[in-house]
Amino acid sequence: MSAIRANASMDSPKTPLRPHSQPPQTPEGKAGPVVGTTLIDIENLDFLYGATQALYGITLKVPEKQVTAFIGPSGCGKSTLLRCLNRMNDLIDGTRIGAGSIKIRGVDIYRRDVEVIELRKRVGMVFQKSNPFPKSIYENVTYGLRLQGVKDKSRLDAAVEKSLRGAALWDEVKDRLHASGLGLSGGQQQRLCIARTIAVEPEIILMDEPCSALDPIATAKVEELIHELKVNYTIVIVTHNMQQAARCSDRTAFFYLGKLIEFAPTRTIFMNPANPQTEAYVSGRFG
Amino acid sequence: MSSPDTHLFQAKPSLGRSAESMIFWIFRGATYLVLACGAFVFGDIVFKGSRAVFQTEFPFINTVFFTEAPESLYVFEYGGEKREMGDREFRAFREAETVKAAGEGRKAPEIKATSYVYSAGGIFPAIVGTVLLVVGSMTIALTLGVASAIYLNEYARQGAFVRFVRLAILNLAGVPSIVFGLFGMGMFVIFLGWNVSLLAGWFTLAFMVLPVVITASEESLKSVPMGFREASLALGATKWQTIRKAVFPYALPGILTSSILGIARVAGETAPIMFTAAFVVRDKLPWEDLGSISDFFFQGVMALPYHIYVVSSKIPQNEYTERVQYGTAFVFLLIVALIATSSIVLRSKLRGRYKW
Repeated sequence: MSAIRANASMDSPKTPLRPHSQPPQTPEGKAGPVVGTTLIDIENLDFLYGATQALYGITLKVPEKQVTAFIGPSGCGKSTLLRCLNRMNDLIDGTRIGAGSIKIRGVDIYRRDVEVIELRKRVGMVFQKSNPFPKSIYENVTYGLRLQGVKDKSRLDAAVEKSLRGAALWDEVKDRLHASGLGLSGGQQQRLCIARTIAVEPEIILMDEPCSALDPIATAKVEELIHELKVNYTIVIVTHNMQQAARCSDRTAFFYLGKLIEFAPTRTIFMNPANPQTEAYVSGRFG
Repeated sequence: MSSPDTHLFQAKPSLGRSAESMIFWIFRGATYLVLACGAFVFGDIVFKGSRAVFQTEFPFINTVFFTEAPESLYVFEYGGEKREMGDREFRAFREAETVKAAGEGRKAPEIKATSYVYSAGGIFPAIVGTVLLVVGSMTIALTLGVASAIYLNEYARQGAFVRFVRLAILNLAGVPSIVFGLFGMGMFVIFLGWNVSLLAGWFTLAFMVLPVVITASEESLKSVPMGFREASLALGATKWQTIRKAVFPYALPGILTSSILGIARVAGETAPIMFTAAFVVRDKLPWEDLGSISDFFFQGVMALPYHIYVVSSKIPQNEYTERVQYGTAFVFLLIVALIATSSIVLRSKLRGRYKW
């Protein structure tokens, strides 16, 4: 608890663009600036499943057009936090925000007058287990647009091509757009899910362990894709795989037992963590 | 210990071994007994029923049995031979003989015939009535049942109330069908004043299969992966859009399969319709002589199970009624078998289309 509090106090409102402690020797991020405009602003968030508290006073600012990774051992609350960002937790009975707020572009997304549908259009999500609908590839990609009432064939065609190209899947499936999405390999299915998500042109893409069911080659492809996507999207990725976080994220947040232990540029977290718990975790001594 | 003809794993007679083989034979015997009973019942009906359904002359199937209404059978001796005729045929015959006799200047012949009710003609109105009852009640049951299953599984907050509702549904499934019949009579026939009518039968039968439909629909909805719902909602779908496009189509094969089994039950029950919808005999077919559209819903019909009941217990039994009893039962079995087969075909087709 003291560790987060210490971090939280460092995360002072006076420095909104630099959300966290900034060790003097911070190296430059591998790609792009480490500091961006804050897009998601989580403040002092408590989250509960019924009587069980899952998140304790999380304060974290996710910068725009960067990849932010959430790491930590199972049950540390990283997925829960991710699912708070598009209010997927609303689906589970008995969940509630105990205290604090999540703001996206300054708007508290848990306000009473928030249209969750609109929120989810802007905050897309890719799940741990690839879940294409048992429909054709084309129908999968256009699902979100059709929901919005888009019927124009040429517009749908264009969106399919653009999204599939965006998900680096176009060349593999362009000849069989009307074949079932379930006929694809695991990695292709996951990229199809990413294409489906970017087809509705969200601003933020949440990824919940997107590669945990994929082999190393498919994982490499998805990671490459994440790298390309951050030009246009803000990505928050939950991962169990620390190498993955190190490879593809700009900033990393380490969670433990529902608390945010450390949030810093990825390089810092892995090379020079401020907190001994973080150090122990990233070096594989526990977790 | 080491006699030459025994070895390490030598089998020895023991209590455990004889118990083992005895238990095995009890289970095997039970299975064979069930098989024998089923074969006997089915074989008896097919054997005796085929006498009414098939015939030795072309077209080998007794079409009259499928297309005509029940008639009285007249058995008489004429011209030295024994004849059997249905009601209408007998009248025409008597008429013709009278005319013929008059033409020849003879006195009209006196034909002394014994009549047996319902033993001639066919069971067409009963088939029609059963089909109408099934279609109407399944429409009602599916609409109500699927709607409430969707509510219970997709919308309702899982808690004490939903548990209570499920318990109530399970209890409803255990209520004997005659109780549904009495309820239908009290509620629809008397209180709502619908009289003995198709509508009253539809609702009574619908309430009877409702628990089956709800439970099966809920199971089918549950079997749709949570990932489909999440994916759909995460793309900005409303709950209803999600259910309509990403859940319901994939639950449909399961819902249909079990509803078709529900159809077999609706078609077969006698008790719920005997007070609410079934007539012993009705000359007019349901679409004949309708004053207005609403008359269609407020008419009673004949039905196969009730017809079997009537011809087996409400009329004097003799060698001629047996033909009708078994014939009707046979046709009834055929229809149920047809429904079951179509359910299997439909299930395998839809499963192929909506696999994940």
